[in-house]
Amino acid sequence: MSIQNEQTAGQAYPDAKGHFGPYGGRFVSETLIGALEELEEVYEKLSADPAFQAEFDRDLAHYVGRPSPLYFAERLTEKVGGAQIYLKREDLNHTGAHKVNNTIGQALLAKFMGKPRVIAETGAGQHGVASATVAARLGLECKVYMGAEDVKRQALNVYRMRLLGAEVIPVTSGTKTLKDAMNEAMRDWVTNVDNTFYIIGTAAGPHPYPKLVRDFQCVIGRETRAQSLAQIGRLPDAVIACVGGGSNAIGMFHPFIDDVGVRMVGVEAGGHGVATGQHAAPLSDGRPGVLHGMRTYLMEDDAGQILPTHSVSAGLDYPGVGPEHAWLKDLGRAEYVAINDDEALEAFRTLTHVEGIMPALESSHAIAYAIKMAKEMPKDKVLVVNLSGRGDKDIHTVADLDGITF
Amino acid sequence: MSRLQKRFEALGAEQRKALIPYITAGDPNPQVTVPLMHALVKAGADVIELGVPFSDPMADGPVIQLACERALVHKVRLLDVIDMVAEFRTQDNETPVVLMGYLNPIEAIGYEPFASAAVAAGVDGVLTVDLPPEEALETSQLFQEKGLDTIYLMSPATSTTRLQQICECGSGYLYYVSVKGVTGSAALNVNEVADKINQVRGMTRLPLAVGFGIRDPESAKAIAEVADGVIVGSVLVNRIAELAESPERIPEQVSQLIANMREAMDA
Ligand SMILES: Cc1ncc(COP(=O)(O)O)c(C=O)c1O
Repeated sequence: MSIQNEQTAGQAYPDAKGHFGPYGGRFVSETLIGALEELEEVYEKLSADPAFQAEFDRDLAHYVGRPSPLYFAERLTEKVGGAQIYLKREDLNHTGAHKVNNTIGQALLAKFMGKPRVIAETGAGQHGVASATVAARLGLECKVYMGAEDVKRQALNVYRMRLLGAEVIPVTSGTKTLKDAMNEAMRDWVTNVDNTFYIIGTAAGPHPYPKLVRDFQCVIGRETRAQSLAQIGRLPDAVIACVGGGSNAIGMFHPFIDDVGVRMVGVEAGGHGVATGQHAAPLSDGRPGVLHGMRTYLMEDDAGQILPTHSVSAGLDYPGVGPEHAWLKDLGRAEYVAINDDEALEAFRTLTHVEGIMPALESSHAIAYAIKMAKEMPKDKVLVVNLSGRGDKDIHTVADLDGITF
Repeated sequence: MSRLQKRFEALGAEQRKALIPYITAGDPNPQVTVPLMHALVKAGADVIELGVPFSDPMADGPVIQLACERALVHKVRLLDVIDMVAEFRTQDNETPVVLMGYLNPIEAIGYEPFASAAVAAGVDGVLTVDLPPEEALETSQLFQEKGLDTIYLMSPATSTTRLQQICECGSGYLYYVSVKGVTGSAALNVNEVADKINQVRGMTRLPLAVGFGIRDPESAKAIAEVADGVIVGSVLVNRIAELAESPERIPEQVSQLIANMREAMDA
């Protein structure tokens, strides 16, 4: 067993204080500690409770529609002319993205804790929609914080959330994007801890969020692993996922950590190009710091102020990343790369044309990198791309770029 | 003896309570800060909490978030704030100054270089909002060795076990957050605060200051009756925001709010 493998073996990370090596932790104001301790205690108890697990699995099967297929993208593979490309179809989940795996889990926690009100932050709106959806199903009051900039970019999802009965609050502070929405949701939580559950949408934030979100999303990697063995007869050579906060990627990666023959590739948003500074790729071009309750790689200036980010996809437009990714990067167990806006848009069109599958712009980053990788690899190699969501929500963005208005 | 300890002992001997204004350094521009600090002291401030601007002040309400944004327009960095303290010290070597802010700007400099620079400039204590005791093992020891007091928050939701832990690792004074919420929240309940303060009294000899929700002479007086220190932030910062277009009036106008509270507390 390699050192890397020993360090990451099993499901033993994070440690008791929520640390992934030097990353993670619980860097929050004292005013939030009580709520996080309560959540941690409840989660430790429930995650070991077969009844809770059974209810989660049942919801995933009958409400979300799992397992999601592992699909061989034959025409894409042919067009690229290299390694075989498979797609893990999280876009086929109810509400159209992987986000719902996590919101189902957290809403169950809210239910067990007796909290009548849930709040969420959202970037692309997918997590907001997934939160509003489970809130509607469980009869919970739901408030979604969304950067004012994203409210504009993702008008369709805003309306979806409102139809589902959620209140969407545009956040006008700071850069008016996902990080500011998260600040605002934290503020709401501090003020209303007694009756409110905060459904964080990615594998980031203070302990225990990175762990519990990962655990809920691991269904992606577990299914992929079993489906690969059943359909291909072996594990894939690499798994590839886009990285915003890192939840779809860690859900895919984590179950493969001990399979050292499986490369894990996280694709960040390169925006206008990593060299321009206008991107959202902290693992590619950032350094460790502390934000949103965790130590992780951040995009920050020399004085420690968080920098504005840019990505064509709202869901990747975040200056930090979940702490487990920071750790996997340092260990060298996972690789992190960046794909620019243009490349992602091209992949969006390619997949739509040759497979009849319209990917979310977030997921298009992973597709774009898989295409690059596959080209360089022989035909007997297998890549699995996590197709984290469907692209309907992005049609307006793409149409705008095409100069089309409805 | 540290400046903070000296100040609280002197106040205790006179049976007076500490009045502790919070302002964000560099708000609305860097030139205002030092004159404002002097004006606050003249108006009766005993300790000054000087906020270090941060792009993502998660535990603060909109008032202080906007103050940070105003300061950051001028690119006010932690090192600039430390320089302001050094400038303040050329005329005032008595009034304790505590830097209040978030961890990331400190990490960007490095703990050791930060602590050395802060002590050299005459900073007395550090309150790092997003650094609870369990994450602070390394920094707390280092800062205290260098001669910086480490001030920690306590909140209505803090368990008894944690209160004890915090009492053990804090120095200078302890900061009790009076309400569940962010800075600038309303709804201060003096009786609840008194109960908690009395509970903590049994655990520590450190002075206990109360902040969040104190907005006028009446609430300052009421808190002064139960605690050793009264921390006032958002009302001052609000006034600064109103005067952002005529910054020359800020020292006099903002310190007047402190003078009014001082009067009520000493009456
Ligand atoms: C479809 C899709 N994929 C990926 C992401 C990025 O989030 P994460 O990195 O947590 O998977 C989002 C976020 O909104 C999304 O909607």
